[in-house]
Amino acid sequence: METYYKPDHLQKFASIGEGNDELAKKFFAYYGAVFADGALSGREKALIALAVAHVVQCPYCIDAYSQECLKLGSDLEQMTEALHVGVAIRGGASLVHGVQMLEHVHKASM
Amino acid sequence: MHDALSLPSRKEPGRALPEAPAGPRAVPFSLRARGSRLASPESQLALLDGVDLAASAYAGDFSKALASAGWLPLRPAALEILQVNLGKLCNMSCRHCHVDAGPDRTDAMMDRETVDACLRALDLSGAHTLDVTGGAPELNPHFRYLVDEAVKKGKHVLDRCNLTVLLVPSLRNLPEWMAERGVEIVASLPHPRKRGTDAQRGDGTFDRSLEAMRMLNALGYGSGRSDRTLTLVTNPVGAFLPAGQASMEREWKEALGREHGVTFDRLIALNDMPISRYLEWLEASGNLESYLKLLVDSFNPATLAGLMCRNTLSVSWDGSLHDCDFNQMLALPALSVDGRPLHVRDLDPDVLAAREIVTRRHCFGCTAGAGSSCGGAIEPSIPLPVPR
Repeated sequence: METYYKPDHLQKFASIGEGNDELAKKFFAYYGAVFADGALSGREKALIALAVAHVVQCPYCIDAYSQECLKLGSDLEQMTEALHVGVAIRGGASLVHGVQMLEHVHKASM
Repeated sequence: MHDALSLPSRKEPGRALPEAPAGPRAVPFSLRARGSRLASPESQLALLDGVDLAASAYAGDFSKALASAGWLPLRPAALEILQVNLGKLCNMSCRHCHVDAGPDRTDAMMDRETVDACLRALDLSGAHTLDVTGGAPELNPHFRYLVDEAVKKGKHVLDRCNLTVLLVPSLRNLPEWMAERGVEIVASLPHPRKRGTDAQRGDGTFDRSLEAMRMLNALGYGSGRSDRTLTLVTNPVGAFLPAGQASMEREWKEALGREHGVTFDRLIALNDMPISRYLEWLEASGNLESYLKLLVDSFNPATLAGLMCRNTLSVSWDGSLHDCDFNQMLALPALSVDGRPLHVRDLDPDVLAAREIVTRRHCFGCTAGAGSSCGGAIEPSIPLPVPR
C-alpha cells in the first residue's frame, strides 16, 4: 500500500462482508436504521455524523457526510456550526481533565 | 467563470419588446449575449456526448438504460399537462438556468398567434392542466390573456414563478389577479436560507423572495386553500442530487415559519439538468464528468413510469412541440412516427399518442436517485444509503 487512505475504499465499504457476511449485514442494517427519519430528521442526523466524523478524524466519513449534508438540504453555515460543536466538545473534554491536574497539583504542593 | 464576467461580445438587435426590469443576477448576461459556444444546443449535446462514461453504468447510454429496464422505446402515457414556455425573457439571471433566460433575452417571446394556437391545442389535447413557464412568463404581454382563457375553459393553471418578478412595479396587481383566478403558483426557492439562494440566483434574491411570499400569504396563498396553492421548488446549489423531499418539506415549513413568518403548501425537489448555464457551471467548476457519472450511476428504473415527458407536452415560444422543457432547450423536437417535427398549430392527439419520446444523455438527469419531474421527486421514499 503506497498510502493508507484511498478514496475508493469508501465505495468498497460493503466488501468488508468478505470475512463475515452475517456481521456485515447486521451492521449495515443497523446503520441504515440509525440514519432513517425518526424523532430527529435525516438532515439533523447527518449533521451530527459530520461533527463526529471530524472528531474521530475519519476522511471517509467527512467525504460521505459533506455530500450527505448538502443532499439533505444543509448549507455551509449549518455544517460549520455542527463542526464547531464537535470541536468544542473535543476541546472541552481535554480542558475539563485539567481539574484532575489541579487536584494532583494541590495535593502535591505546599 | 471568466466567460460570464466578460461584456457581451455582440449586441442583439432588440425587438419592440420592453426590456425586463433588472432583478437579481448571478451571471451578468445570458450565454447568447456573451456569444458563448454553449449558447448553441448542438454544442451542448456534443459536450455531453463527449464525456467518457464507458466505465459507468450502461456506458452512459440512456437507450441502454431504458432497454435494461424494459422501457425501450419510451412511449407517452395519457396527456395531462400542456406546458407552455412563453419565452426566455426574465428579470433574473440565475447561474444554473437551463433556459439561458435573462433580461437580455427579448429575442425569444411567444406572440399572440402562437398563444391562440396553444389555447386551441389545450382543447384538442384533453390536458386538464396548463403549466405556464419561461423565462419569467409574467413578463410576456400575452400572459394574462392565456391564463384567463385557460381558466374560462375550466383548466387548472399553474404559473412557474421566480417570486422576485412579483415585485416589478408594472406587475403590482398580478398576485391579486392570479388569486382571483385560482392560479397555482409554483415558485423557485433553492434553499430556506440566504447563502445558497443568493449564490445560485443572485444577491438579494432571498430577501425579495420572502417579500413576495409575504404578499402571496396575505392573499391566502400557502394557507392550505386548494384555490390558492403555493408550491416551492428547490434544486441543489451545486453538483449533487437532492434527497428526502418529504422530510425537507417539514423542515422548511418549520424554519421559514419560525425565522421569517412565511408559509407555503408543498415543496418539490428537482435535480439540476446538465443543460445551458448549469452545464457551463459544471464545466467551469470541474464537476462535469463526476456529475454525469453520478446521474448515470444513480439511474433508478422506478422513476420511469412517472417521468414528465410521459404526461406532459412542452410548447416552445415559437410553437414547436417537445417531449419536455429540457428537450426544448436542446432543440430536440417531438417527432411523429414518420420523423416529422411537430408544431402546436397542427396538434393531433393521435399523432402524439403514437410517437416515441426523444431521449439523449441528459435524460439521466430525470431518472437519477429519487427522480425528477416538474412535479418533483417521482419516487418519494428511497432508503437512506450507507455512505455511497
